Amino acid sequence: MSTTTTENANTLKLRTTLTALGMLPVLILLAIGFHLLSGRFLSVNNLSIVMQQASINTVLAAGMTFVILTGGIDLSVGSILAASAMVAVIVSLFPDIGMLGIPAAIAVGLACGFVNGSIIAFLKLPPFIVTLGSLTAIRGVARLLGNDTTVFNPDLPFDFIGNGSVLGIPWLAIIALATVLVSWFVLKRTVLGTWIYAVGGNVEAARLTGIKVPIVLLFVYSVSGLLAGLGGTMSAARLYAANGLQLGQSYELDAIAAVILGGTSFVGGVGSIWGTLIGALIIAVLSNGLILVGVSDIWQYIIKGLVIIIAVCLDRYRLKGLSRT
Amino acid sequence: MSVTATAAPRATPVLEMRNISKTFGSTRALSNVSITVFPGEVHALMGENGAGKSTLMKVLSGAHKADAGGTILVDGQPVVAGDPIKAKANGISVIYQELSLAPNLTVEQNMFLGAEPSRAGILNRSDTRRRAEPILKRLGVGFGPSSQVGQLSLGERQMVEIARALTTNARIIVMDEPTTSLTSRETDRLFDVIASLKSQGIAIIYISHRMEEIYQLADRVSVLRDSTYVGTLNKAELSASKLVSMMVGRDLSSFYKKEHHAASGEQRTVLSVRNIDDGRRVRDCSFDAHAGEVLGIAGLVGSGRTELARLIFGADAKKAGNLFLEGKELAIAGPRDALDAGIAYLTEDRKGLGLFLDMSISENINIGVIGSDAKAAGVLDFAQAKTRAARAVTSLAIRTKSTSINAGALSGGNQQKVLIARLLETRPKVIILDEPTRGVDVGAKSEIYRIIDELAQNGIAIVVISSDLPEIIGIADRVLVMREGRIAGEVTGSKDHPINQEAIMAFSTGSATSDAEKSKKDGNQP
Repeated sequence: MSTTTTENANTLKLRTTLTALGMLPVLILLAIGFHLLSGRFLSVNNLSIVMQQASINTVLAAGMTFVILTGGIDLSVGSILAASAMVAVIVSLFPDIGMLGIPAAIAVGLACGFVNGSIIAFLKLPPFIVTLGSLTAIRGVARLLGNDTTVFNPDLPFDFIGNGSVLGIPWLAIIALATVLVSWFVLKRTVLGTWIYAVGGNVEAARLTGIKVPIVLLFVYSVSGLLAGLGGTMSAARLYAANGLQLGQSYELDAIAAVILGGTSFVGGVGSIWGTLIGALIIAVLSNGLILVGVSDIWQYIIKGLVIIIAVCLDRYRLKGLSRT
Repeated sequence: MSVTATAAPRATPVLEMRNISKTFGSTRALSNVSITVFPGEVHALMGENGAGKSTLMKVLSGAHKADAGGTILVDGQPVVAGDPIKAKANGISVIYQELSLAPNLTVEQNMFLGAEPSRAGILNRSDTRRRAEPILKRLGVGFGPSSQVGQLSLGERQMVEIARALTTNARIIVMDEPTTSLTSRETDRLFDVIASLKSQGIAIIYISHRMEEIYQLADRVSVLRDSTYVGTLNKAELSASKLVSMMVGRDLSSFYKKEHHAASGEQRTVLSVRNIDDGRRVRDCSFDAHAGEVLGIAGLVGSGRTELARLIFGADAKKAGNLFLEGKELAIAGPRDALDAGIAYLTEDRKGLGLFLDMSISENINIGVIGSDAKAAGVLDFAQAKTRAARAVTSLAIRTKSTSINAGALSGGNQQKVLIARLLETRPKVIILDEPTRGVDVGAKSEIYRIIDELAQNGIAIVVISSDLPEIIGIADRVLVMREGRIAGEVTGSKDHPINQEAIMAFSTGSATSDAEKSKKDGNQP
């Protein structure tokens, strides 16, 4: 009996590893394919662009990973990003204290996430509905902040974040990678991280184990908001500007797509931040590669949409494969 | 013991189930069971929880397919096994314990759910009404076809279920504990309806644990025990003692461990529960649990045992009552408070409420203590977790090659041990085990009994909730019997005078309410 048990376990482990790795070959194949088609995808210059393009989505998707691991969803990150970017640029326009735009933007993001989390955790409302509401409401706030105009700052004191690099690596990519590393540490090396997996895996069991489920939920939505605020800072730094209406539109969808592509289960409890990184890279490679190959904007939408659907199919298949004994 | 009824000189049987067996994997849920049901008869089915009643009814309704060799005859014609639609077409209708109505729809919509009178996909509302009204009139109910089901009482909903059965011209209606959630007036109403269905020639298979209902309703009673058919009694032969002894009556005492007696000296009360009440399922329960004692809680499913445990553990909010641990009153607002105080609870629903199937064995064992073990800034202490997991695997004999594989890959018995390990890591003073051996194979069962015995020897107060009477008698020093949310009685035993099984059954079915004291005394006699 014990041999079959271990065999089962081994198959399970193998499958889990395969699904975590599962998307890496896809990423590599896409990169090679685009290189063969365009002839310039794998140039140092272009890869640097891809990393920059992937960075903001990676940061949002990291926050989304926390949320989806608990079995929730955060639809409001695009709007939070817009509001934070507005705050970042507006604060940067104050002489001498312009650098405070960074903490201000992050604080705004954290505050938005905290409100989301409080409503979800303490009023016990469904995350989909709560964050759907804040998607709209915070979008309105973002427009209000600049009186519905675009705010500029050509002398942005923290523009190095958006356009500078260290040893040839863009700051944006460094921030994204650092976010992934910190997220990995929190998820895999801390008590809170274990609780996040436990809540997503079996919320009622988590409660009976003495885990304070509301605190865990409050935390994940706060993290998601905070990282959306960081994304807003990155976005503002890149553009020297922010617009409450257009910025961050449908970013939540890219972030969710990255998480699901990375093998994190939509029902929670299973997944990893490294998968999310690969998912975000796949989306960036797709966007960049499709442009290089000359696919029209319209077809890019169609292809990206299909990728999301295929990702959900994979999620289903994986859950079936891991059917519990 | 076995009393086979001589078939009454009535019409030919409407239903015959012959030699029905059903195995799930390696477990035999039914073994060669045969019953015969006549038109216009109320045929009661009795037996302990897990005796096979529900499985038999699921075979009848087509939800389960019986093993090869058994036959089901309706009006003498064999029917296809394992096909719910055919079963319905043959006039077999099952009303399940948990009502299966859509509360947001009207009575008539529910009655015809899935078989709506329609033409070309367009609902025929007047036809629906025309067919619904006479059925409701026949049942004599106080609501109309357009009432919303969500606004009806539980008893009225039951009537809707019966009305639904009648829309398909049911001739055999199975009722599985229909009165569990009914008031006594609703029960009377149901019995009137049953009488009128009888007079119309419809056969009722009636599953219940309540003796008084069986006396009142049943024409014949068939008893199952341990997946086998024991016998059938006619109305004239019915007696509580006969039925109880048919339902119980086996000896497995050597299987159980009860050595902790020696260790327990004078009784030291650890947990005192006083007048705890949730206003619904648990009514005014009080008891004490002592150090080094195994206290059993018996009672039928739905008698409030699990609900009582959850109230003590803080998993549900109580309306009234007090808890004392070692004389000090506890304020418990949730499971965390209970665990901090030293009360641990093992859920009856291992996979649904206990395990994290996608997490490792080690994580499952440590999840309750990682917070207190953690290093600065909440960083996990992996070394400590590994030590704890390794120790638990050894002391509880959890069979696994590694503690890093997922808990979902373990067998039921080993999963249960992982959950027990989790509670032991919190160093509890009181452990409440809810159905600790449910779905566990025999080998693991005896190991769990050994673990319980050792814990009691170490001075922990243990409360075991179990539906398995031989088990509870085998391991407990004292048994509280719950019935309808209250503690109906207490049965104690000693080394020479084991706990009396019949006394427990009598308390749990209510046949001993009037002479509770006498039965209590009987419990102490050999």
